[in-house]
Amino acid sequence: MATTHTVSFKLNGKPVDVTVEARELLIHTLRERLAHTGPHIGCETTHCGACTVDIDGMSVKACTVLAVQCDGADMLTIEGLEQGGVLHALQQAFHEEHGLQCGYCTPGMITRAYRLLKENPNPSEQEIRYGLAGNLCRCTGYQNIVKAVQSAARTLAAAQPATA
Amino acid sequence: MTPASFDYHAPRSVADAVKLLADLGPDAKLLAGGHSLLPMMKLRFAAPSALIDLGKVAGLRGIAQSGQEIHIGAMTTEHALLTSPLLADKLPLLVEVASWIADPQVRYKGTIGGDISHGDPGNDHPAVMLALDASFVLTGPGGERVLKADGYFLGLYSTQARADEILTQIRIPIPPAGSGWCYSKFKRKTGDFATAAAAVQLQMKGSTVARVSIALTNVGPTPLKACKAEDYLVGKPIDNATLNEAARLAMQPCSPSHCQRGSADYKTVIAGEMVRRALQTAHSRAKP
Amino acid sequence: MGNMSDLKEREDKLQGMGTSLLRKEDAKFIRGQGQYVDDIKLPGMLFGAIVRSPFAHARIKGIDKSKALAAPGVVAVLTADDLKPVKLHWMPTLGGDVQAVLADKKVCFQYQEVAMVLATDRYAAYDGAALVEVDYDELPAIVDPKKSMDKDAVIIREDIADKTEVGHGPRTHPNHIFTWEAGNKAAADAAFASAEVTVREEILNPRVHPCPLETCGCVASFNKATGHLTVYMTTQAPHLVRTVLAMLSGIAESKIRVVGGDIGGGFGNKVPIYPGYVVAIVASIVTGVPVKWIESRIDNISTTGFARDYHGVGELAADKDGRIKGLRFTALADHGAFNSHVSATKLPAGLFSICTGSYAIPNAYARVDAVYTNKAPGGVAYRCSLRVTEAIYLIERMMDVLALKVGVDKAEIRRRNFVRPEQFPYTTSFGWTLDSGDYHTALDKVLKAVDYEALRKEQAAKRADLKSPTLMGIGISTFTEIVGAGPTKVCDILGIGLFDSCEIRVHPTGGVIARLGTMTQGQGHATTYAQIIATELGLPASDIVVEEGDTDKSPYGAGTWGSRSTPVSGAATAMAARKIKDKAKKIAAHLLEVGEGDLEWEIDRFKVKGNPTQAKTMKEICLVSHTGNLPAGMEQGLNAVSYYDPPNLTFPFGAYLCVLDIDKHTGEVKVRRFYALDDCGTRINPMVIEGQIHGGLTEAFAVAMGQQIPFDDSGNHLGNSLMDYFLPTAMETPHWETDHTVTPCPHHPIGAKGVAESPHVGGIPCFSNAVIDAFAHLGVTHMDMPHNAYRVWQQCHALGIDKR
Repeated sequence: MATTHTVSFKLNGKPVDVTVEARELLIHTLRERLAHTGPHIGCETTHCGACTVDIDGMSVKACTVLAVQCDGADMLTIEGLEQGGVLHALQQAFHEEHGLQCGYCTPGMITRAYRLLKENPNPSEQEIRYGLAGNLCRCTGYQNIVKAVQSAARTLAAAQPATA
Repeated sequence: MTPASFDYHAPRSVADAVKLLADLGPDAKLLAGGHSLLPMMKLRFAAPSALIDLGKVAGLRGIAQSGQEIHIGAMTTEHALLTSPLLADKLPLLVEVASWIADPQVRYKGTIGGDISHGDPGNDHPAVMLALDASFVLTGPGGERVLKADGYFLGLYSTQARADEILTQIRIPIPPAGSGWCYSKFKRKTGDFATAAAAVQLQMKGSTVARVSIALTNVGPTPLKACKAEDYLVGKPIDNATLNEAARLAMQPCSPSHCQRGSADYKTVIAGEMVRRALQTAHSRAKP
Repeated sequence: MGNMSDLKEREDKLQGMGTSLLRKEDAKFIRGQGQYVDDIKLPGMLFGAIVRSPFAHARIKGIDKSKALAAPGVVAVLTADDLKPVKLHWMPTLGGDVQAVLADKKVCFQYQEVAMVLATDRYAAYDGAALVEVDYDELPAIVDPKKSMDKDAVIIREDIADKTEVGHGPRTHPNHIFTWEAGNKAAADAAFASAEVTVREEILNPRVHPCPLETCGCVASFNKATGHLTVYMTTQAPHLVRTVLAMLSGIAESKIRVVGGDIGGGFGNKVPIYPGYVVAIVASIVTGVPVKWIESRIDNISTTGFARDYHGVGELAADKDGRIKGLRFTALADHGAFNSHVSATKLPAGLFSICTGSYAIPNAYARVDAVYTNKAPGGVAYRCSLRVTEAIYLIERMMDVLALKVGVDKAEIRRRNFVRPEQFPYTTSFGWTLDSGDYHTALDKVLKAVDYEALRKEQAAKRADLKSPTLMGIGISTFTEIVGAGPTKVCDILGIGLFDSCEIRVHPTGGVIARLGTMTQGQGHATTYAQIIATELGLPASDIVVEEGDTDKSPYGAGTWGSRSTPVSGAATAMAARKIKDKAKKIAAHLLEVGEGDLEWEIDRFKVKGNPTQAKTMKEICLVSHTGNLPAGMEQGLNAVSYYDPPNLTFPFGAYLCVLDIDKHTGEVKVRRFYALDDCGTRINPMVIEGQIHGGLTEAFAVAMGQQIPFDDSGNHLGNSLMDYFLPTAMETPHWETDHTVTPCPHHPIGAKGVAESPHVGGIPCFSNAVIDAFAHLGVTHMDMPHNAYRVWQQCHALGIDKR
């Protein structure tokens, strides 16, 4: 019987505890133990980004992190973006700009864009493309995704309280 | 897909990490950012019996100036390098190389120490460390020793670090103000390893080269310093003729292996091109 | 009543055809609430991991399961021997061949399925798979299709070695699959013999792979008590799969349910029935619990349906002004080890005979010879419209080759050969009737938009400047697609006709539910079909629910591939809606106490001619239809189903232009501009169309500029993960400019043609033509794809233009 570890972290604002083998990948913990199937698996070589989550203020590919490494973490997945029934500006913008088709890359893409806009609230098109280079999409050709991020950036900026 | 089983340790201090490394023996591996090691383990190309996670070890992160050097903790991430105002000011070459490594998510986890220690000729930092004349602090059971980057890289997955040592800090002399710099990386797509890349750190004196370092990525089993090209350029202007000759000299020691990125000949040609472009850009950035 | 703003308001409320209605399917996806196959978790579910062959060609001497069976969590290990009692170790393919489900006695391609380990979770399953020991005796492998038919070539398919045909006519060699011909060889030969000018090129369409972001997989669940089999599956054709499963398993088709839920991209990758599905189903039948199988990305690229691998020869005969008199296109087709791709029985080379493209070519002949090699099976996939990518690549490349030979501009030579507007409907030399089109207008519009003359001037100046570090290329592609398979007299798969269906039920309060036989994988069907119904029935799209994919609920159809949804199910949708509308009109006449002839339809209601205040809205009629207040003898309800057998395929077309710059010293290609004009007839949702164009062009870019599935001489894969297989990121992907013309399809109820594969079919030759055009002044007539930096540099180097 392999050794197991108890791991506790915050997932979308709620505390969770899991008991896992050291080798269990965070993406499997999220999807299979914690019923958060938003982040997806698209490869096994850390290229596609479909598994992207946000951990302690960082965009992270959940397929390349062990659950045991997440003890004490503050974690956000796509499921945590809508707050009180209100969609995040990015979710709304992806819808309005037709930034998704099959939806498979979408959770990882939006979760990454969330952090991108925190890194850089007013990114240029080139900065957006560079900032999303870790997220592959086969359906959209990225053009509308870029527009969605630009739109969300404007919305979030407009919602900022004016500085004195 | 999924790794084989292993024991997991998360020491809190360098001393504990060193002790674990000694106790667990050669089948244990250090886990830094994990973005080279874990993918290999998922494909079962590597199956260590134990992982020693350096993620919670105190004192291994951070970028600080110490006298005329920049000291960087080995567990400092690529993202931290990329966003460091100190590096942007004093060591912009390091910012540039970090910007071409992998993608945003990988950069949040990948570490400069891991990139250097892995011994993969495709990694970008080793050539830059050569170009910057960096030193590495290694901590083992017997204490610390400091090794120069030049000579550190021995071969594929092989460095001068002993099996019981941990790379803890990278020390880089601050280039003089007005230096030019460039990391020019040719790749099939963003995030790929280099088909070939060149790191250049350059100091001009008037219109001629006072000092130049040129080092190459992925053109042999280790990063290569283009010494002949460096020697040739000293005292010369940067123009078409000298760039051609410098590139030609830099290409001579290259011995890349054929792969999906291209033939050995092609990669060597690209190495020459990258040297040329890195020199041009470094020159344009240099203030006389 | 009836003033313009009131009419517009009523029309806008419907959000019907022609509007860029935001998608209904988005709500769950942006919240991470899609339900893809790997999201499914059923009680007692086991996980299956496949053991695969490391060799491309080998005999299996023995399989030792003992270590695997002893591993924690492993429940069973299935091999061919375990499938033999139920006769499922081999299965029929959609292409008329048979394919090994689990390798029996030998393996024929690297990564071929040899065993499946069943375990309580995926970690245990992969551990178990690593412990299965297979003893192989390696055999020489055939990797080059040109060697498949050598006299002394090793026999790959010993299982059919003595079969004289494999579903498509006589075989001349054990590694030969079929030879297909079309057109008139004698007439074509005569045209070549008498031509002023002939051109010939050997043109490769390399093996690539659709690589959708979600890999293939299923959850198979057999209920021992009821004898019902449910399979949740990544499938583009749930009904076809259900029928084939009934044939394979002996379970009554009425007790099989196939569910295509949310699918993370298809692109043709999810049409075939893969061994993994079949083994998972058998495993569930044997164990009585659900079994999940999800393949890895490497498995996906290495073993599921690849695309292309056509080794072509293109020949055109023309006069000295470039007017084409004859065409001869032949191809050697590498199908891999089994002929497994979707194949209409009469069309083993798909719709390759569209290779006369947009041009009036009087004499034409095409021939495809298909062979086996020791590689994964496939061929028809990847937004190809059934070999149309291969056909249009050939003709669009050859137009440029001919242009160079006769010294005519590449746009002008197309104009000279286009089918002219007044020639439609035009029957090609291969027998396809192009029903509608206006190629001249499309091309002229594009050339004007990009200022083509200025671009050619700029290119001339750059060519004259030997010091220029870059070469400039201009690529043109004026393609005609053929989609919407198709008329049952021509198109069937294993005998099942390629009709499709729509069943509509209207509720008393005006809501609608429509179910169809197609299967979206991101194309936006829940939105676009609702828009068709909204316009036809005058009910708001927001009240119209569209469902696909559950064979228990949806009427029979052949699924979504080859851009057939709008042409076939879209037509069925309109036809079903019109049956309902006809009935509603009778009810309206009854309510208004007039004759049907006295009524006219306006947006959402029937009005009495000349007495507009007398009207009944569709919404009102919905309620009435459920009451007793109906014409005598009329049944209640507003429901209809249509099974639509299209009278013809459809022929969307387009004109694309690409400008790019090539770095002479590295071979790197930078796309400067890409202008894409598409004509798909009536446009249901412009936003959705544009999204499809962006996606198809991006996949075309990937194919033309970097994708390949390389092998070494022993049949080992050299680049089968995302490390090497080129999927462009947002950084590499160019900016797309889109435009359109509208030439409605005369035989389609709403005039629509389908569009989603056009950008891929038309985009690939456009990129390729642009790259080659950059070298044309140096005598280069053709360069094979992929045009990655290394290969382009090789051309620069061979020409000596990279010297410093």
